[in-house]
Amino acid sequence: MQQVIKPEEVLKEYHPPLTDHEALVEAHRCLYCYDAPCTHACPTHIDIPKFIKKIASGNLVGSARTILEANLMGATCARVCPVEELCEGACVLNAEEKPIMIGRLQRYATDYVYERGIDVFKPGPPTGKRVAVIGAGPAGLTCAGELAKLGYSVTVFEKRELAGGLSTYGIIVLREPVEVALAEVEMVKRLGVEVKTGMELGRNLSWEEVRAGYDAVFLGVGLGAVPKLGIPGEEQVVDGLSYIEASKMNPAGLKVGRQVVVIGAGNTAVDCATIAKRLGAERVTMVYRRSEREMTAYPHEYEFAKKEGIEFRFLTQPVEVLLEGGQVVGLKCVRMRLGAPDASGRPAPEPVPGSEFVLPCDQVVKAIGQEKPWLAQMLGLETEKGFIKVNQDYETSLPGVYAGGDCIRARGSASTVMAVQDGKLAAFAIHRRLTQSLGMAAD
Amino acid sequence: MADLSINFAGIRSPNPFWLASAPPTNSGAQVHRAFEAGWGGAVWKTIGAPVLNVSNRYGAWHYGGQRMLAINNVELISDRSLEVNLREIRDVKRHWPDRAVIVSAMVESKPEAWREIVLKIEDTGADGIELNYGCPHGMSERGMGSAVGQVPEYCQQITSWVTEVARIPVIVKLTPNVASVVPPARAALAAGAHGLSLINTINSIIGVDLDTFELIPNIGGKGGHGGYAGPAVKPIALNLLSSLGVDEVVRKSGVPISGMGGITTWRDAAEFLLLGATSLQVCTAVMHYGFRIIEDLVDGLNAWMDAKGFKTIAEVVGKSLPRISDFNDFDLSFRAVARINPEKCIRCNLCYVACNDTAHQCIDLVDAQGNVVPPFRYDVHSNGKREALSTRPQPRVREEDCVGCRLCHNVCPVEGCIEMVEVPSGRPPVTWRELMQTRPEVTEDWSAMERYRKEVGIEIH
Repeated sequence: MQQVIKPEEVLKEYHPPLTDHEALVEAHRCLYCYDAPCTHACPTHIDIPKFIKKIASGNLVGSARTILEANLMGATCARVCPVEELCEGACVLNAEEKPIMIGRLQRYATDYVYERGIDVFKPGPPTGKRVAVIGAGPAGLTCAGELAKLGYSVTVFEKRELAGGLSTYGIIVLREPVEVALAEVEMVKRLGVEVKTGMELGRNLSWEEVRAGYDAVFLGVGLGAVPKLGIPGEEQVVDGLSYIEASKMNPAGLKVGRQVVVIGAGNTAVDCATIAKRLGAERVTMVYRRSEREMTAYPHEYEFAKKEGIEFRFLTQPVEVLLEGGQVVGLKCVRMRLGAPDASGRPAPEPVPGSEFVLPCDQVVKAIGQEKPWLAQMLGLETEKGFIKVNQDYETSLPGVYAGGDCIRARGSASTVMAVQDGKLAAFAIHRRLTQSLGMAAD
Repeated sequence: MADLSINFAGIRSPNPFWLASAPPTNSGAQVHRAFEAGWGGAVWKTIGAPVLNVSNRYGAWHYGGQRMLAINNVELISDRSLEVNLREIRDVKRHWPDRAVIVSAMVESKPEAWREIVLKIEDTGADGIELNYGCPHGMSERGMGSAVGQVPEYCQQITSWVTEVARIPVIVKLTPNVASVVPPARAALAAGAHGLSLINTINSIIGVDLDTFELIPNIGGKGGHGGYAGPAVKPIALNLLSSLGVDEVVRKSGVPISGMGGITTWRDAAEFLLLGATSLQVCTAVMHYGFRIIEDLVDGLNAWMDAKGFKTIAEVVGKSLPRISDFNDFDLSFRAVARINPEKCIRCNLCYVACNDTAHQCIDLVDAQGNVVPPFRYDVHSNGKREALSTRPQPRVREEDCVGCRLCHNVCPVEGCIEMVEVPSGRPPVTWRELMQTRPEVTEDWSAMERYRKEVGIEIH
């Protein structure tokens, strides 16, 4: 008898919440470092020892406020942050025992207020100024929320049906349930932010209107679709982000192959492979043209994938998707070897002549990054390596137009927490600009 | 293997560990089990006057996720009948001839009441009697327990009623709820006590419930002071124990002392021995973990004694007492400074904030190049574990400014990372007592003090 796979079970949040006892024991274990390295390592610089000691003292609302003051998307970040590379990786206890479970404590504190409907912030006294935010992802929502706290009238325009951006659509439920992302959207709305979904610049929203109707604009538009592979048979290749989205919005309707090949070796590729494996694929293989050393997935994600039973083919470049009657039957690949460093500083992979081989499969998923933001061209913004160029204040080449999140990430790797920090700092910069124009002193 | 057996005023036991007079020694069945586990002796829960107990009688103080760093109680003496207790004592002693069975007693302050209880206890075959002058609640309100222990004259009077009739050793258990335990101890000795024991519990209120505003524990809406015991009282017990050890009258009497107050591990036990206790009584640790803890008390003490070359308990008893002094006799020229081992330092920088905020501002944060840097100096755009760790400054003591207060050593979470190192002060040894005799003006007048400091080279920054 075939085993029935229930998506809500196999894809449910991987880590259970900490019990009260676990949280208390862990909170007490924290040393309460001074000028703590975890806080430095956090891109939003949450005062981590402070929020942890508030858990220990039983002041959970204060703990959540401490987190959300620095990071309005604290419930998402508690789940999706690569804590091994950030706060937990910097914990001084790595030297002596094991680091504090900072991410899970953060989740414990933020869940506490969301589960009880406690709002830790109020809208600020109205300034009479209006700000438009394009894109309701982590950067946009954070910018909007921070400005609302400062008394601005903020409207967020979101092209999708739901707000939340990648938190809603692009992070597998295993790491973050949709409800968590949507609860953050609601929290931002309760700060007085108006979120208009189904509104897209250039489609049903005109840039002139936005410029004319608002005192400042923040662009948090993220990146585009997964780029083309440029190989024959590509029309049958599934877009990795769509794959993840389907696993969240309509998992029962997601078609998963028996033998799935995922092209790419970043964190999104790992997520796609995880979905395929958990939804019943017999064999899931990740194909990457460089070696293990160059892969962009975090080491802990790589370990996780291996534990899931996902296989890896390094130094392997896809050259053609083999089709029979419109159905995928295999992925033709060529073996690669590493040559001299390329523009990225990593050894450039070169094909080994005559090394073509076929990976039998019935589904190919690509997760090889995202296209650069197209909006830059449309609005005539200056760019840097295709990303929107901003100054120290997150202001673009258009005065009064700010940007943050993945769309400006010309350097470093894109992440939710970096987007949150951009949104927050951009909000402060917008505040400075608009209070200066009012002749008021900025905070 | 060291010989752990003791002879306490004629009471012998195979090891120095006795269960204290308390709930663990409430019944024969319990004491049987304790002896099976290896306890050297037991002081039976106090028998005597009739009582009635209440619920919620034990409170506890928890801290930092640690349960029961202290317990407090308003339990009274045994609420089981005299006959039952006496029968079970006799039975236990008959089964365990090699163990010390001491019976704690407390009756009304009348000579005939005391004579009667003494005779009944002796009749059981018990090895000794402990007079409970310490219980600070319930019984004290009736003129017993600490109401006796707090008044040396009562101590002496009642002890003499007992020693006049007793043919077995009499131990007087002292209350810590006094300015000094020496006068009641001397009073007990004057009345012929054969041994002393301390400390009984300390007056305490555990806390208040923040939702109901009731006391913790809540006894039908009320609460009140109870007797405090457990790990948190150990330093108080050690101080009171040593105050007897250095008292001339007590010392000359040669009377042994049974020490108690927070003994949880063999380490605690060894410290009590070093400060003059011959036998050791344990209660809270047993109430927390059960009788089984005797195994490591004995095993650990044995290993430590072997490592230090002690063959008998008597060799350990009081060995640190000659070190007990007071401030007047400390060498004011003794100088130690804190030294941080950079190899062990995990850079939590708790020493830095403790020194800088609350002590003497002599720890700097230094970067990898050795430059002194302020805390929180990273840019808002800096992040990630590599940047956080590679740029994290390290604490370093400015030894020339360090007063050697030892706060950093105390807050450091890493064993052996911050050591207090003795350094020459360049000044001849001198005590405050000597200064008072040779340079009294220095001890009385600030300008004379300033001149003295200049003269000998003491600089306070």
